Formats: sequence, structure tokens, C-alpha cells
Amino acid sequence: MIMDADQTTVIERDYLIGRVEEFKKQGYRLVQLNCTKVGETYEINYSFDLDYQFRNLKIVVDGQTEVPSISGIYWGAFIYENEMHDLFGIRVVGMNVDFGGNLFRTAKKNPFANPTFRGEEPCPGE
Amino acid sequence: MSRRIIVPFGPQHPVLPEPIHLDLVLQDERVVEAIPSIGYIHRGLETLVAKREYPEYVYIAERTCGICSFIHGMTYCQAVEQVMNLEVPERALYLRTIWSEYSRMHSHLLWLGLFADAIGFENLFMASWRLRESVLDVLEETTGGRVIQGSCKVGGVRRDIPGETLDRMVGDLAGFERDFKEIANVFLRDESIIARTRGVGVLSHGDAYHLGAVGPTARGSGVAIDLRKTGYAAYGKIHFKPVVETDGDCYARCAVRVKEVFSSIDIVRQAAAKIPEGEIEVKPKGNPNGECFSRAEQPRGELVHYVKGDGSRHLVRSRIRTPTLTNVPPLVKMLAGCELADVPVIVLSIDPCIGCMER
Repeated sequence: MIMDADQTTVIERDYLIGRVEEFKKQGYRLVQLNCTKVGETYEINYSFDLDYQFRNLKIVVDGQTEVPSISGIYWGAFIYENEMHDLFGIRVVGMNVDFGGNLFRTAKKNPFANPTFRGEEPCPGE
Repeated sequence: MSRRIIVPFGPQHPVLPEPIHLDLVLQDERVVEAIPSIGYIHRGLETLVAKREYPEYVYIAERTCGICSFIHGMTYCQAVEQVMNLEVPERALYLRTIWSEYSRMHSHLLWLGLFADAIGFENLFMASWRLRESVLDVLEETTGGRVIQGSCKVGGVRRDIPGETLDRMVGDLAGFERDFKEIANVFLRDESIIARTRGVGVLSHGDAYHLGAVGPTARGSGVAIDLRKTGYAAYGKIHFKPVVETDGDCYARCAVRVKEVFSSIDIVRQAAAKIPEGEIEVKPKGNPNGECFSRAEQPRGELVHYVKGDGSRHLVRSRIRTPTLTNVPPLVKMLAGCELADVPVIVLSIDPCIGCMER
């Protein structure tokens, strides 16, 4: 199954919890959360599914903005929120299970927050 | 009331092929709470999009998992193809379907062997893995690789399967099915297996759905989610029903996998009968510019590949959400209230792939 941007709605961070609650009430299941660093901002996608209908919410925040946890609505979201915190340094507030930065044991703190070598090194054969 | 103690489970444990750690909070012999922690084999594969051009990243995507590698590569390719508006030839879609189902058979047989081993049934373990070899032989013959196939590419597939080889593969499936029936009979009816798995690690339908369970973990609890029903690759032209059990215990999850092997055999037969002649790839032009979520049904459940490109040869982001990651919260739920001695069987019942999960 392939989905493009048509199923994505960009919303303000302040509306996140309300919109996620609506999805829960309608019977959607949580598919995933992910984070992408674009320039100095972070795009966070919240994906849901009901009967194979895919919906995605996107918020855009900077590195200092606190993001409310949705684990009070979807209990299993804690695994994604801890991942976002550990890999990107996103400050997620109110997680039901908070690993305190110890879910991923990485040598470098928040390794995905500063991807350094994008296209800088030639590929083999070039 | 007896006092509570914490018993560490893993990261090294006889039933765990890969490391995951659980802090088990016990009261007497009963688990009150299980707190997972991961990160022992995090490889940072997703950041390699910055270092590998998008056609090369297929190889990285495939190496996310050493079991369901083909489906990782295919799901990544689907995402890039969607962003680039590539129409993949129909023959390639059927070939992807056939290889996906062989991957499912070999993954389920691997798990069945490991599960038999975990409950001390060594003979069944060996029988399962012996049969798995015949599946790997087909993958090796048709792709060149046993577990890392490298046969999927953006725009199609690298190799075709000649008609006579396909006929022989279908012919051989009869013997494979006959042999697997003997093994399946043991998994589904043996008293010692039933005693170790019935009523153990129960996950209710509601918990499975709302905690995000996928794959056999969800379908064992009556949640009939199977992404193949969405019709990606050639699944839209194949008739099959998702295998669903309703008891939600370890036996149900095992039964789903056993029955899915038969389902995969049937899907391969249908695909081989319907596969059209024609090209197996189209050449991509330009670079991906846009974003896309691509989902597919891995042996362990729903797989999500997200890609975002900005028109250059390197993607901005690749995000891989593997089934095991989303099956962790349901696992935590299953473990609460179980006996300590049942923990290994329950952990194994979600078919955890830690390398896949940590990427």
C-alpha cells in the first residue's frame, strides 16, 4: 500500500492532542510516529489507519519546542516518542513510559539531529 | 504480601538470537511489570540515505533485516517509485509477490524452528529448519542470494524467473506442502506444545488493536489486519483470506504462522499461473522529489517505509518502522501477570527481530 502527501494534514502543535483524540474516537489505530530534520526545523508525522485508510498528521517544530506526548491517548506511542527523543533530541512532555534518554544506547547523543555527511562524500566508483 | 524483586531478562538469553533487555518486576514467580530497553545493536541505517544515492539505498534497506530482507527492499522501492511516478511492469510486480511469499515461508519456518527449540522440542526444530532449506534453495536459485536477495530495484526487479523454472518451483511445492503438513500437525496437535502455549501470554482483541499490534501478533488476537489485502505488488489479483485466530495466546500466534505457510503456497501457485510475459523494469529518470509512506505485510507484520526527497540523488530522510518495534508495547502487556517460566515463550511468540527493530 502506497500513500502520498494527499493523506497528510499539516497542523499546529497546539491542536495535536485534540486531533489525535478525534482519531482515537473514530477507531483509528496508531501506525507510527516519525521525525525528519529539514533545515533547522523538525517535521513530526503521526500516522493512523482505519480499515486500510491511512491518515497522517504533521507538525513542524524547532529543536527547543516541547511536543506533547500522545501516549495518554495511544498507550503504545511511548516507544516512538522515546525514539524521537533519543535520536533527534525532541523534547516530548508527558510520556507514560519515559526512558530518560536510555532507550537507544548510542555513542553520540541525538545522532540524527545533525546529519553531517549528506552528499559530501563521493560514492564508490565516482 | 511478598516483596517485589527485579529479574533482568537478556540482553543475552538462550531464546534470544539478538539482544533485548527486559527488567521483570516479580512478585513470587509472577511478573507484575516488564520494562523493555533496546539499543544494543542500533546501526543508524536510516542516516545512510545521506551517504548512499537513492538507487543504492535499496541495498541498505534490504540489510535492515536478515530474514525478510526482500520485503524491506521492495517496500522502499515502492515508496521511491511512487514519489517518482514510475509504473512498474506487471511481470515485475508478480515476481515481487512470489519472492515475498517465499520470504514469508522461510521466515515462518525459521520462527517455527526457534519456537520448537525454545520449548525444548529439538527434533521439531530440526525438521522445521530442514524444510526451510528447500525454500532457501529456491531463493538462491532465482535471485542468487539465500537471505539477502538483492533482486529488487527502483523501477522493477533485476532478474526474471524463466517459465520452466517457475513450473518446476510450482511442481516442487506439492512435496513441500506434503512435508510441511506433517510438521504443522505436530505444532497444532502435540500435547506438549499445547500445554506450553494454550492460555499463555494472552493479548485481547482490544489491546492488540489499540496497542498497535501487527502481523501474526494481531491476527492471533482476532485483528484481521493484513496489508496484502490493500493490493500492492500483484496481491490485488490474488485471492486469499487473512489467517485469523481469536484466542490471543501463544498457541494462536503459532497457529497463524503455521496456516500462513499454506496460504503462501497457494499465493505462489496463483501468481505463477497468472504472471504475464513482459518487461521486468523501467528506468527511473531524474531524482525523487516529494514524500511517501509505503506499507507492506512482512512475515512479522506491517512494515512502513517513509521516504522524503528534495530532487537530489540523496534522500532527505528514510524512516523504517518495523513490525517488531510496534509489537513491543503489546509484548509488555502480554507479560504482565504471566509466570516467570513462560516469559521466554511469550517473548518469542511475537517473533522479535531486534536487528530489524533497531535498524
